[in-house]
Amino acid sequence: MTIFNLYIFDKFGTLLHYAEWNRTKKSGITREEEAKLTYGMLFSIKSFVSKISPHDPKEGFLYYKTNRYALHYLETPSGLKFVLNTDTTAINVKELLQQLYAKVWVEFVVRDPLWTPGTVVTSELFQSKLDEFVRQSPIFGIRNI
Amino acid sequence: MIIYGVYIVSKSGGLIFNLDNNVPRIEHEKTFTYPLDLVLDYDSKKVSVSFNRKDGINVGHVLVAVNGMPVNGVTLDDGRDVRTTLDAPENYPINLKFSRPKMTTNEKIFLASMFYPLFAIASQLSPEPKSSGIEILEADTFTLHCFQTLTGIKFIIISETGLNGIDLLLRKVYELYSDYVLKNPFYSLEMPIRCELFDNKLQELLAQVEKTGISNIDK
Repeated sequence: MTIFNLYIFDKFGTLLHYAEWNRTKKSGITREEEAKLTYGMLFSIKSFVSKISPHDPKEGFLYYKTNRYALHYLETPSGLKFVLNTDTTAINVKELLQQLYAKVWVEFVVRDPLWTPGTVVTSELFQSKLDEFVRQSPIFGIRNI
Repeated sequence: MIIYGVYIVSKSGGLIFNLDNNVPRIEHEKTFTYPLDLVLDYDSKKVSVSFNRKDGINVGHVLVAVNGMPVNGVTLDDGRDVRTTLDAPENYPINLKFSRPKMTTNEKIFLASMFYPLFAIASQLSPEPKSSGIEILEADTFTLHCFQTLTGIKFIIISETGLNGIDLLLRKVYELYSDYVLKNPFYSLEMPIRCELFDNKLQELLAQVEKTGISNIDK
């Protein structure tokens, strides 16, 4: 089990933070373009899911899997979006994302007086706490190839 | 186990087959007093809820009946306009029935061609080399399983969440496709599938799966 990368978007689609750990393939486009593509894809998936759903969705889209990775998605009521790519065997990623929001994002970004909502997070404290949080999670594990 | 639908998308991204199986009817009826506490959107073709939710009635639901009388678009069965009826205080209390809109064929074609780029982008954005496109997509109300054949045809099954072995079912559908569609001399590739035998066999398969589970499909 392993974690590849994390995107954090605000409700307007601005990339607030990006971090990566065991990523082995670059998409071949710049970080900004990649973020826009990811956000655009998620936006379409959300609309796709709400239309094709046989019942009224509450949370809507949760994750998708390919044969190489899984993309997990958490959206807070304020429109903040956490997107975490892991390998396909990872479990309880939703709980991990909720923890990440409550214990790292709220503590070190929302409570940071120097941060203005809607701007890129540059706080080094947040970056190190996030790194620590992800590396300590059971999903991060030892990389098996 | 509930299978909601089967879709087949051709290699160029067009919907060539669709089967609705077990689509739940979501209808809610409620008696309202004046003034109406739902904000309605009066379209040229339908009346839908645009704000507020109540007792299962959600944003996007369409008005289907007023006091038990069916609504056709924006007029009642007896010719009265829905808007003037709902705006008049003397008509209250009034009983309204809302339902979650059913997907039209056009919407299905639209959604099927929408899945195609999502599938492609998911493989492009992969953090690992040599990734396929979306194989499983899960939401809180359903799971979508997709199987792409070597020739690029996508088989998609929408089912309830938490089912195992849908990939087996997808391969079985592929088998039926090869047997009853591709071997049909009147079928031309990439065209919508209209083969009675395929329809029957697929329905039989789904009925069997819903009754006895996926593990019992004969190989």
